[in-house]
Amino acid sequence: MRGMDGIIGIQVNGETRHVAAATITELLREIGLAERKVAVERNLEIVPRSQYATTHLADGDAIEIVHFIGGG
Amino acid sequence: MTEDSWEVAGRRFNSRLIVGTGRYKSLEETRDSIAASGAEIVTVAVRRVNLSDPNAPMLQDFVPPDRYTYLPNTAGCFTAQDAVRTLRLAREAGGWNLVKLEVLGPPPFLYPDMAATFEAAAALIGDGFEVMVYCADDPVAAKRLEEMGCVAIMPLGAPIGSGMGVVNPYMIRAIKAAAKVPVLVDAGIGTASEAAFAMELGCDAVLLNSAIAHARDPVRMALAMKHAVIAGRAAHLAGRMPRDYRADASSPMTGLIR
Repeated sequence: MRGMDGIIGIQVNGETRHVAAATITELLREIGLAERKVAVERNLEIVPRSQYATTHLADGDAIEIVHFIGGG
Repeated sequence: MTEDSWEVAGRRFNSRLIVGTGRYKSLEETRDSIAASGAEIVTVAVRRVNLSDPNAPMLQDFVPPDRYTYLPNTAGCFTAQDAVRTLRLAREAGGWNLVKLEVLGPPPFLYPDMAATFEAAAALIGDGFEVMVYCADDPVAAKRLEEMGCVAIMPLGAPIGSGMGVVNPYMIRAIKAAAKVPVLVDAGIGTASEAAFAMELGCDAVLLNSAIAHARDPVRMALAMKHAVIAGRAAHLAGRMPRDYRADASSPMTGLIR
């Protein structure tokens, strides 16, 4: 549940964060990440980019935000 | 000379060198080395974004995905579930389904874990991925991966990052001779002559990373690898002369002055 202040506690990349964001779009903005450079998983389910704005966050959600890095 | 391109999963490429994007000193060095290599496909890894530094420069800013075909890998995945999860995220990040599957055993060899590789390949193919698979230099395993539907077979030349070259050329040649899909030597190449050698064996392409990234001058080595792969391919197509322990004079023995 969202508290009176609108803040929820979620896990992002394994870290607990208290955020005001209501959707994935807002979460990425709050963290400062460009949507087109990352991929997002919510509770082990991929969130398609087209659904970032309509995917709502709930208290206790586990979010993974990944991107491409150098690799062989 | 006719055009000599190659095809994997319906995509056509001119360069027969695929390069990794890891282990460089900087993203600038990554960009310059890859440009010098002439590669059209680059392997990439999928990892968590560093939340404490969201403005850090990203690989895409230096190696643009609209210019290079990204081949996401499963490095760091030890189960089929991890591999599928990672590559689903990669597909969402980039929108492609051509992937490099690698499931590795423990140090010090990081040798392909073939039981886990088979399981992950089946899961990925079932999920609609086109799988280029890193594998042991085992012709039976290679054939089975092809029959499962893998789009390219990528046996190791030697352990990842070892720079030991192609240590089992007879089996690489055997795998290539039996395969109907592209065969690439992946891992183990240390210098240009070894990349040329892999191509002379008849491989369709070579995949390497450390040989460039850990060279004293990576950009120069990238250029060397580009030429080595072209030279090795041309030598393969040209067909080498027969070996003989005896000499065979190059100059005519007739018309000598007396």
